[in-house]
Amino acid sequence: MDRRDFSQKLSLAAMASILGTEIVFGNQMPSTYLPLGLQDSDPFKLFKKDGEMEVLNNRPWNIEAKAHLLNDKITPNKFMFIRNNGKIPENIDPSTWTLTIDGESVNRKKTYTLSELKTKFPQYTYQLTLECGGNGRSEFNPPAKGNQWTVGAVSCANWTGVRLRDILEDVGIKSNAVYIGYHAADTHLSGDPNKEPISRGVPISKAMQDETLVAFSMNGEDIPIAHGFPLRLVCGGWPASTSGKWITRLSVRDVVHDGAKMGGTSYRVPCETVAPGSKVEDSNMCIIESMPVKSLITYPKSGALLKEGKVLKINGHAWAGELEVSKMEFSIDFGSTWQHCTLEKPTNRLAWQHFDTSVSFPKKGYYEVWARATDSNGKSQPMVLPGWNPKGYLNNACHRIAVKVV
Amino acid sequence: MENTFRDQIKLLSRMLFTFFFLFLILIGGLFYLIDNPETFESSKTDSLQDVTEADDKVENTIDLANGFIDDEGMEATIQNCTGCHSAQLVTQNRMSREGWKATIKWMQETQNLWDLGANEELILTYLSKNYAPTKKGRRQNLENIEWYELE
Repeated sequence: MDRRDFSQKLSLAAMASILGTEIVFGNQMPSTYLPLGLQDSDPFKLFKKDGEMEVLNNRPWNIEAKAHLLNDKITPNKFMFIRNNGKIPENIDPSTWTLTIDGESVNRKKTYTLSELKTKFPQYTYQLTLECGGNGRSEFNPPAKGNQWTVGAVSCANWTGVRLRDILEDVGIKSNAVYIGYHAADTHLSGDPNKEPISRGVPISKAMQDETLVAFSMNGEDIPIAHGFPLRLVCGGWPASTSGKWITRLSVRDVVHDGAKMGGTSYRVPCETVAPGSKVEDSNMCIIESMPVKSLITYPKSGALLKEGKVLKINGHAWAGELEVSKMEFSIDFGSTWQHCTLEKPTNRLAWQHFDTSVSFPKKGYYEVWARATDSNGKSQPMVLPGWNPKGYLNNACHRIAVKVV
Repeated sequence: MENTFRDQIKLLSRMLFTFFFLFLILIGGLFYLIDNPETFESSKTDSLQDVTEADDKVENTIDLANGFIDDEGMEATIQNCTGCHSAQLVTQNRMSREGWKATIKWMQETQNLWDLGANEELILTYLSKNYAPTKKGRRQNLENIEWYELE
């Protein structure tokens, strides 16, 4: 961004409101100067992301992968999407970091340091699928408001931490517990210190699952800053917004948690299906829980030119929220016929599953290879957009790649 | 003497021929323009792809310094909308006037956006004109495919 131009367009008052503080001697500030807090940085260096990642938004940072970048069985940091609602916390000191468990339904509030969490409870590692609730939003018609994710807001990394259940049992929770809600160190875009950018959570039943972790490492290393260092709640298979980053407090609630982005149209869909473009009252919106069945062809990259007579090897991943994927198919004739792919079992519950197969084409021409997963309840991915909803969540329509046989 | 006269005739006929040729190109071009009035205007999608580098010039209707389409109301939109979030959060969205209005209302109710006063009309008109939804149907064609030879 050109500094001069940007500065000219921003009044001092506007700059002050962004920085959340008055600019002292602002009237003496050269008009060509842009305060440090406002400067852009290179997100690829800043977050160690691959250069092919797509920046959707730089304030707040929202970056997605592309299908072919997600080919690894375990997603490395460089290909992991970033979704932020607020500003990433600064000056994090893990040695002073604490996690407090409070809320209406705890017997007594309790606070743990990071090292207490690491030493007091057994540690577990699970490979967990985290997909943004709005992944695929860009396809909705009428368009849905928000970051226009295409297919790349999903990851499946190894998360290591302690079970939330073990912590809650140590604290002691009441039988009226309904929900847990997280509170974190990220700050609101408006700079208002009294506002939380996001404070979501999960029902107590999800909180008590073996795989629900309070994690401190990702792929064997400290969690990268953009993904929640030093402590992150990880609820695999649910909208990734339930996996709070930089958490400092978990509230055990006797009601459905009512933090920021729990109400209105946020991470909620019409309880009953509606016609595209309908107005839906808040009271008719239901919180998204498990994510739907979905899959991605991660090899080859869309646009492959294949010599006639050659066999095309394809592979990818499939996942189904709380469920397992039981069947994986592909079609080269726009769904007229479907053929089976080889599908692996998940490494652990809530991890994505890998599929592969060989595709033969009858003659030269333009083809699309469509992939369709079916979950253990028999539900398959739709070929067209699923039910429209005001914020464009849960698009699990079949992924496809273009292939030309030449 | 005779040679000089011949040379002059040759020169004159060459010049006449050249002028006639240029005249043909000009007329031909004008006819082409009448048939293709959009020749010197880039479409919106083209101009969006042109924005590869931040710069302080306005090119193809996109203000390269901020990424917004240059039109009446852009300044007010920048001043009121990019204080908290990037321009990209605006420009990647497509909404009707009603949708943009609802978004502004939501930001005022929950995100500390101030009262826009008289600027609200200006901003709404700017956004609903330049960032209006297009009909996409239930599933679109695969677009912008980069073809490559697979080994």
